[in-house]
Amino acid sequence: MTLSVQDLSFFYWNREVLNEIAFSIGKCEIVAILGPNGVGKTTLLKCLNRILQPREGVVYLDGKDLFRLDGSEIARNIGYVPQRIETGRLTAFDAVLLGRKPHIGWDISENDLRMVDAVFRRLAMEHLRLSYIDEMSGGELQKVAIARALVQEPRILLLDEPTSNLDLKNQVAILSTISRIVREHGISAVMTMHDLNHAIRYADRFIFLRNGRIHAHGGPETITPKTIEEVYGLPVIIGKLGGVTCIVPESCPVSTGA
Amino acid sequence: MHFADGEVPGDYVGYVHKKVLWLTGGFFFLLVLLVYSISVGAVAIPVSDVFLTLFGQNVSHQYDAIIWNIRLPQALTAVAAGCGLAVAGVAMQSILRNPLGSPFTLGISNAGAFGAAFSVIVLGTGTMQSRVADAITINNPYVTTIMAFLFCLLATAVILLISRVRGASPEVMVLAGVALSSLFTAGTMFLQYFSSDAQLAAVVFWTFGDVGRANWPELGFMSLIVAAATVYFVANRWNYNAIDAGDETAKGLGVNVGRVRLAGMVAAALVSAVIVAFLGVIGFVGLVCPHMVRRVIGDDQRYLIPGSCLMGGILLLASDTVARVIVAPYVLPVAVLTAFMGAPVFIYLLLRGYRR
Repeated sequence: MTLSVQDLSFFYWNREVLNEIAFSIGKCEIVAILGPNGVGKTTLLKCLNRILQPREGVVYLDGKDLFRLDGSEIARNIGYVPQRIETGRLTAFDAVLLGRKPHIGWDISENDLRMVDAVFRRLAMEHLRLSYIDEMSGGELQKVAIARALVQEPRILLLDEPTSNLDLKNQVAILSTISRIVREHGISAVMTMHDLNHAIRYADRFIFLRNGRIHAHGGPETITPKTIEEVYGLPVIIGKLGGVTCIVPESCPVSTGA
Repeated sequence: MHFADGEVPGDYVGYVHKKVLWLTGGFFFLLVLLVYSISVGAVAIPVSDVFLTLFGQNVSHQYDAIIWNIRLPQALTAVAAGCGLAVAGVAMQSILRNPLGSPFTLGISNAGAFGAAFSVIVLGTGTMQSRVADAITINNPYVTTIMAFLFCLLATAVILLISRVRGASPEVMVLAGVALSSLFTAGTMFLQYFSSDAQLAAVVFWTFGDVGRANWPELGFMSLIVAAATVYFVANRWNYNAIDAGDETAKGLGVNVGRVRLAGMVAAALVSAVIVAFLGVIGFVGLVCPHMVRRVIGDDQRYLIPGSCLMGGILLLASDTVARVIVAPYVLPVAVLTAFMGAPVFIYLLLRGYRR
């Protein structure tokens, strides 16, 4: 399954947020959308499965115009994990079962229950099955949200800052899980991210946004101190630490407390 | 991608069975309450005679008259109105993403009250006949009912219009409803200020919701609307579950959130309008029944919608039964009792928290 974006522009009322965005996503790859706060990363992600409607441009899903497809058909192909997860008095199993929505007719079938059970096993969270999601930690909730997107049986996963509320261990756990599922099932994933170190470790391709346009786009070679300084306005050093590529700010400018 | 190695987990199946058991229990409790409600009153009728009469046996002419003409329609009206208000309430809470959502959040009841006041005071449809206060008579109840209904629809139309202009966001709908409520309340007060004593009494009396007002044809019409709306809401249970998980999640699951929200609002408004127009204002049931049920069987709309429907029927029927006997031989309008009955139970449930 491929997703390709052509000349996409998005406006909030009259304010231009995204302009002339074009890229495509192939099979079995993880794409990181990077850039400073407010640059339009989340907006771009939401245009990819029609949560938001761009003013111009086309998104093609396997050659088909996304904006002519039925909502359920998009949802059967693209799973979306939002940044903020709403809770309620629901068990984790029921919350994940909701992900079967695009596939169910009048009611769920035994097959749907089996699918949910399998995803719980795959993410090693069987023990959470009957826990109420309004009593869960951030890491557990994030897993539930990812599981919900996985039972949609998507071929593309969209994740909006999947690690933003998690501790270091859970960040690694979530990203490793996503990476493993992408490889095992031959699907692809698009993530908006803030942590460049995680991005370089888990993503195959990188899209840097700046002033609503794609500033740089490509494989790991795209990540250079020059690009990062241009995008984030902060000089960085890129080096190896224990064989792992690390990005750290060059100096820590002391706040003047103005 | 496909996950083929799962099985149906036994603990989850048990958990679902428990919820179904609650709903079945609620249904049978409602039936028992219905029979009890018919048997008590100024003339006590033995339960066995209630059954015989209901199944077409002629026990006595007096029982026939009391059951078929008075108590059965009144009890069934209470059940239908309770079901309708509660099911509209649970839908509104989901659609508006607001725990204070109820059929009246959109200003429906105040619009209905204004319509009735307008009819009585301006159109002179007069004063209403009451079993308690004989002086109050409304000599043209149909015009009053129709005016109340029209103003309920007007309130809904205004909110739809505002939603069209500003997008169907829950905030806009709730705030527009609050504004309309105040507007209609002010309008009612204005009319009341210039009305005669008798008209004023009739208007105030109209606003006391009373399930004894409906006759068989009205009950039939109301039941039809309530049943249709309930089926509609149940059919949309997965859409509401998705909206409960957040608008973005819902859209990501292919739900047309805007359309589901508007259509649900129209359905809830229609049910409320019919009930308000026939019976007057019955508060509390629509707001609180869903929350009572949430605290027992959780937020999953698959169980919450039927559960709220049953709870609404039970609460309104129980309130009406008490209202008929508490100051016998006088009969109180049920609206006076719903909050008296429901509030203590609700506060208890709030304090106790969710059921594990």
